[in-house]
Parts: sequence; structure tokens; C-alpha cells
Amino acid sequence: MQKRKLEIMDQHILLFGATKDIIGSSIYSINDSFKTVGELREHLYKQFPSLEKLNSLMIAVNMNYAEDLLELKAGDEIALIPPVSGG
Amino acid sequence: MIKIEENINVEQVIQSVSKSQYGGTTVFIGTVRVHTKGQRVLKLHFECYEPMALREMEKIERQAKEKFDIQEMSIHHVVGEKLPGEKVVVIAVAAFHRKAAFEACEYAIDTLKETVPIWKKEFFENGSVWVAAHP
Repeated sequence: MQKRKLEIMDQHILLFGATKDIIGSSIYSINDSFKTVGELREHLYKQFPSLEKLNSLMIAVNMNYAEDLLELKAGDEIALIPPVSGG
Repeated sequence: MIKIEENINVEQVIQSVSKSQYGGTTVFIGTVRVHTKGQRVLKLHFECYEPMALREMEKIERQAKEKFDIQEMSIHHVVGEKLPGEKVVVIAVAAFHRKAAFEACEYAIDTLKETVPIWKKEFFENGSVWVAAHP
């Protein structure tokens, strides 16, 4: 159980659009570390069930759209990307 | 040229792709609509994850140049508050022949709407909504 928590540090997640309104801030800090994008996603869905009601929720890691299997590293720039609507 | 800015100067975007040897330049200008689904739009607010948005826009330019026989492409998008009629996005493409320029321009706006992390909130008389966020 402790395995995942060896490297505990604040992880800051950038929020935009509808995710910013749902979480109520433009940055969400977690004092925990997640092995993969998928684990982080599960945590967020548990904390903020409204995120699951979005049409889609992508997670960007270092400014690239990431798959749930991608492993997270310390210092990664993470952002939540609700459905985009530019143009 | 790829740019995110508060106001777009269309002439400047065209200038950035045009050279005398190219046979044609196509330009797409997207503006704020007055009505959405029967409701009057008061204003839009555009928010963006700028460094990633710029990267995704550069990717569109790169891919368009691979897919179509074009020479130059510029994409400019706004951020901040916009009123009905105001410009939101301007894409200019220069090519030796018009067909590739038209096709690349359409590819660029279609792809931008799917991949570039920019969000718009529509403000109506009775509330506001992030476009496409919810079913």
C-alpha cells in the first residue's frame, strides 16, 4: 500500500474550461503521487464526480494528450482537457 | 505563423503567407455568431492552454504541409472576450494552385476544432455555458 507513496510530493494539475468550474480553481494540488494517468483519472472522478459527466476528459502530460497507461514522472506538467471548443 | 492574440489583423495574416510566386491564397475567417440554437449570444469568452495550443497549432501546420501541396500556412486564434461579429480565428494558406489551398484551409479549421486546447463560454441573457462540455 505504501509502495505508490514513496515519492510523495505536491502534484499540481492545470485546469481549464468546465474542469475549472467543477473543481473551483485553476490549479488543483494533490499531496499524493499516481503511477499512471489512469490512476490519477480514477482519483479525480472519485473526488469530483461531475468530471465524469463531461462529454470527454483528456489528460495532457507535458503538453501532449496522454493515454491512461502512460506512467507519470516527478515534474510532469499535467493538465485536464475538457471538450475543446475553439474556432 | 502561429499566434494566439487578443485581436487579429486579417491583412497581416494574409501578408504572412503571400508571396508573388504563389498562385493562390485562401483565407478562412471565423466570427462570433449572433444566435446559437435560437438563443441570442451576448458575448463569448475564450480561454486557452497557450503553450499546448501553440504546439497543436504548429502540428496542424506541419501536417497540412505534408498532406497537401501548399507552401505557407498561418493560423491565428483569439483569447479573451469577443462580441457577436468579432473575429475568432483566421487561417491563411498559400499554394501554387488553388485546390490544395482550399483543402488545406478546411483541414486546418476542422482539426483545430478537434485538437487545440481552446475553450469558449457562451453568455446568454439567462446564463452561460462552456460549449460542447456536456451532453
